[in-house]
Amino acid sequence: MALISRGFRGRRQSAETAGRLPPGQYATRDFPVLSAGPTPRTPLAAWDFTVRAADGRSARWTWDEFTALPHQTTTKDIHCVTKWSKFDTVWEGISIDTLLSEAAAKGVTSSPHVIARCDGGYTTNLPLADVTGGKAWIAFMYDGKPLPPEHGGPARLLVPHLYFWKSAKWVRELLLMERDMPGFWESLGYHNYGDPWREQRYAGDE
Amino acid sequence: MNPAATAPRIAWRLATVIEVLPETSETRTLVLDVPEWPGHRAGQHVDVRLTAEDGYQAERSYSIASPPEESHLALTVERLDDGEVSPYLSDELHAGDTLELRGPIGGYFVWDVANGGPLFLVGGGSGIVPLMAMLRHRNAVLASADADVRSGLPARLLYSSRRWDNVIYREELAHLAESDPTLEVVHTITRNPPDGWTGFRRRIDRAMLEKIGWPPSEQPRVFVCGPTPLVESVASALVEIGHQPALVKTERFGPTGGST
Ligand SMILES: Cc1cc2nc3c(=O)[nH]c(=O)nc-3n(C[C@H](O)[C@H](O)[C@H](O)COP(=O)(O)OP(=O)(O)OC[C@H]3O[C@@H](n4cnc5c(N)ncnc54)[C@H](O)[C@@H]3O)c2cc1C
Repeated sequence: MALISRGFRGRRQSAETAGRLPPGQYATRDFPVLSAGPTPRTPLAAWDFTVRAADGRSARWTWDEFTALPHQTTTKDIHCVTKWSKFDTVWEGISIDTLLSEAAAKGVTSSPHVIARCDGGYTTNLPLADVTGGKAWIAFMYDGKPLPPEHGGPARLLVPHLYFWKSAKWVRELLLMERDMPGFWESLGYHNYGDPWREQRYAGDE
Repeated sequence: MNPAATAPRIAWRLATVIEVLPETSETRTLVLDVPEWPGHRAGQHVDVRLTAEDGYQAERSYSIASPPEESHLALTVERLDDGEVSPYLSDELHAGDTLELRGPIGGYFVWDVANGGPLFLVGGGSGIVPLMAMLRHRNAVLASADADVRSGLPARLLYSSRRWDNVIYREELAHLAESDPTLEVVHTITRNPPDGWTGFRRRIDRAMLEKIGWPPSEQPRVFVCGPTPLVESVASALVEIGHQPALVKTERFGPTGGST
């Protein structure tokens, strides 16, 4: 049982807002920025994207090839572990399902775990099941415009059903793996899976 | 298996407010007694949770201002008038009251004396809080060290505030710098600097960072904390100057946290 904070009322939310907010989150209209270091800036001419199998085989796309792949617009609520949530964010990107089937055609075999690798050295780990089945994208447009660098542009992973640190900014590679391996924040005390609805913020949260 | 998966849960604890210290007109420090506090590193934060009578809850993060060497935990909170949590922490809590929190949280934006120097801290507004924990920690450890050790760990703070009266920990920073020749504290006052002010009077920019910071060749450990626009522009300028991105650690307090 939580302690009642005498005199605290809080900002009352509409029932609709309350129903969309995971525990401990508040709705914001801003788009706050969270990253551990400076924002990397890779020119598009030098940018590429790789899907790599556990055996080292890979499929690679240049920026032009990548953005020519079939893509979709999706509208999602996002939830940051620092407590803000933002409703109805609009993204355009390529489904991971599309990337994996394109990669499979090039001999890249699947594995049960994936780690996203990014410019600046950031990594995050996910079960393959959480990035397939229409649940995750590599997004390169936000709100109808190219994704700004501070929000992860040119392209970021988008996995809206998990805390937003899993939606790795500046992503360049998906590495498929037979075994799970903690990423950057996952090695620094944050939860390995990060389901906002179960409030899995930190290691040890159920 | 991931070792983190078997870590114990970071438990909610009941802290008691021992003392409330006014810092500036919009900030104050809560000194807390937290039973069985597991200890922390300078730069880490806690999550605070408030619960209304009907069970409604709000959570926010606050950096720990006190160094690991102190037995009580200090949080310094800036009051945002239309905020949900900070006005409560600023106006409603008094000595003897209790508050739920859990931590310590965050393992990246941290500095210990063992991480070495030079140490270059850049902050804006309430972004000073975790940087102050680093300076206090450094001071506590170096107080008993000899001059050699001290000169191996020089520190500089570049701190942006709107007005001179908004400078958090102003007296303590002045005192620390006076008593420690290896610590330099430089202020920039972005609005209405006091009469006779000869220091910086603009937002932190590349020229200021080059003038006050160490050159990249010295490989300073750089920590930048404050509102997002300040952190974004300072971190980018540091990389342009040639600092290795991996040595520039940032903490963004959000769009708010007091713009400077
Ligand atoms: C790691 C970390 C460490 C931090 N450390 C500190 C610290 O040491 N000291 C400190 O003071 N702060 C710190 N912060 C910031 C702190 O967590 C809070 O964000 C801050 O206190 C504001 O919270 P609030 O509930 O008062 O304001 P909020 O209710 O979150 O509102 C913030 C602002 O957003 C606007 N706003 C947002 N949503 C709405 C809405 N629905 N309706 C109306 N207005 C809205 C308001 O104008 C308000 O000014 C830290 C943040 C992080 C992430």
